[in-house]
Amino acid sequence: MRIHEYQAKRLLADYGIPIAPSRPATSVEAAVGAAEAIGLPVAVKAQIHAGGRGKAGGVVLANTVGEVHAAAERILGAPLVTHQTGPEGRVVKTLLVEKAAEISDELYLGLVVDRARRRIVVMASRAGGVDIEKTALEDPDAILKEWVDPTIGLRPFQANRLAHRLGLDGTAARGVAGIVRSLGRLFRELDASLAEINPLVLTEDGEPIAVDAKLTFDDNGLSRHPEIRELRDLNEEDPLEVEATSVNLNYIKLDGNVGCLVNGAGLAMATMDLIQHVGARPANFLDVGGGATAEMIEKGFGILIADPDVEAVFINIFGGILRCDVLANGVVAAAKAMDIDVPVVIRLEGTNVKAGREILDRSGLAFRTASDLREAASKIAAAVGEGS
Amino acid sequence: MSILVGEGTRVLVQGITGNEGRFHTQRMLEYGTKIVAGVTPGKGGQEIEGVPVFDTVSESVESTGANASILFVPPAFAADAILEAAEAGIKLIVCLSEGIPTHDMIEVRAYLDQQGTALIGPNTPGLISPGTCKLGVMAGYIHAPGPIGIASRSGTLTYEVVHQLTDLGIGQSTCIGIGGDPVGGLSFAELLPMFEDDPDTEGIALIGEIGGSAEEEAAATIAESVTKPVVAFIAGRTAPPGRRMGHAGAIITGGSGTAEAKIAALREAGVHVVDSPAEIGTRIAEATERRPA
Repeated sequence: MRIHEYQAKRLLADYGIPIAPSRPATSVEAAVGAAEAIGLPVAVKAQIHAGGRGKAGGVVLANTVGEVHAAAERILGAPLVTHQTGPEGRVVKTLLVEKAAEISDELYLGLVVDRARRRIVVMASRAGGVDIEKTALEDPDAILKEWVDPTIGLRPFQANRLAHRLGLDGTAARGVAGIVRSLGRLFRELDASLAEINPLVLTEDGEPIAVDAKLTFDDNGLSRHPEIRELRDLNEEDPLEVEATSVNLNYIKLDGNVGCLVNGAGLAMATMDLIQHVGARPANFLDVGGGATAEMIEKGFGILIADPDVEAVFINIFGGILRCDVLANGVVAAAKAMDIDVPVVIRLEGTNVKAGREILDRSGLAFRTASDLREAASKIAAAVGEGS
Repeated sequence: MSILVGEGTRVLVQGITGNEGRFHTQRMLEYGTKIVAGVTPGKGGQEIEGVPVFDTVSESVESTGANASILFVPPAFAADAILEAAEAGIKLIVCLSEGIPTHDMIEVRAYLDQQGTALIGPNTPGLISPGTCKLGVMAGYIHAPGPIGIASRSGTLTYEVVHQLTDLGIGQSTCIGIGGDPVGGLSFAELLPMFEDDPDTEGIALIGEIGGSAEEEAAATIAESVTKPVVAFIAGRTAPPGRRMGHAGAIITGGSGTAEAKIAALREAGVHVVDSPAEIGTRIAEATERRPA
């Protein structure tokens, strides 16, 4: 789960990491009020769940109240398009108004799980700022790393060593090492999957300040952090995806024309690939899971049909825990409850497959059934061909 | 024969008194798995399907000589249950639970490595050696004993591959779901040498997906030490970056973990990579027949 910069900074502050004075604002007036309270100059920053905001014009340095007003008016309520949002962008609903930091140096600090080594890795660089991704690709040696042994945790000596390797001394070294330790504690205690401070600014006096922050949390850890779960912003998510989550379906909207409903994440991805293999494009990822009920199938099918981009539907179920008759009942109930004007290809296999196929045949609905993936693939290709 | 399990596998079921534990204990017994004990804290002294239930794993191991464990435990308690089994000396643990926090698994795996304990999963349907032993929730009837070893990050996609193979008259030596989480137990790279050493495995199917670098590590292992033919499919070619495709581990981040990179690494190592999931079975048939005797 992702959260906004302003939320991340509150969590950093809770862990004693220095941040600049700032206030979130959801209106132009509030933004101006925040700037007056904090003192100029300020940075006016769009709050969306995507990186690349600065380059896209979503972060503005304002020296006067007039400039704050103009920036807030331009950014609030408008879509912001960055290289991470897709062409439609994200509508900005909240700004963060922050005291502009006096910058002498920009560092990068990040923590992630290194899956290959099965441990947390702390990454730091002198080359902080907007081009860190480029640096990571072109000059990987400029990113310093310390791995955390899970049996002893992130140790103070590692934080000190990292600061030393960054070439820092005095106030800056002490400050940065302290931030490394605090961020490491936050990362583990709050079940984060990504924690990034970029840039971690050093002032003329060598005082470090977290000027931008990004935190992502392990969905599997959220049940033990109700305070983090509350930070979820549904505005940042596709409404169809939110609806799917509410009935425990795993749905991701994509930009193709064939809606698919599958049980199991791996088979769902493979089904998307199969659709592409026959020259069509998947409109979504939808995993109904192993224990789906008829009601969940009905809801899932409804979500597919509600998507205006869908020209054909492919249901691919390998019943293990999910029985084929349960699936068939759900699909038939959904199909009878709504007008379906797109072809529906269904491939069923596994537990109770005979009963499932009989339910489909007896329904009187015009489903196209396939007995294996090969046959399903050619039927999808044919179905999409009809629509165009 | 098979890898990891065999005639001498004596199974403990952790969480045996829950609905799922009880149901699958019955199914596994029907399949012929030797289940010798169950554990549910506070429920010791009962019997489930004729299997004695204990309060603690150490007690059950002492009384029954259990040497493998399968867990039907909610994710919030699963990490602790794995540690309890490892501490009691169990050497093979199969954990099905979906939703264990990654940081818990990092710590669990470090302890298991110290103890020399093998973990399958979490977030897996388990493993099966057709005709011998089933430690999982997969439908037994789609499998057949035979020469193909399968290692997979996915559940139902594995059923699909098994079904294609069985339909072609090709059986399986051992099928293992390594799980869909970012950090877990035995990886492809750790399983491949076991299949290489297993005299009854003639070919290997590797079912990967986007995210992480397990397939790239597998490719390195194959290039170095696997002589048996390997056929692979990587799910998620069409997945967009930055979105978690169901499995916690299936996510492309910062340009790494893409299907393209995995496919290229595997092809480089001489693996037959299949483009369409409908063709996996037939490609395995071709690859194993083509194998020089």
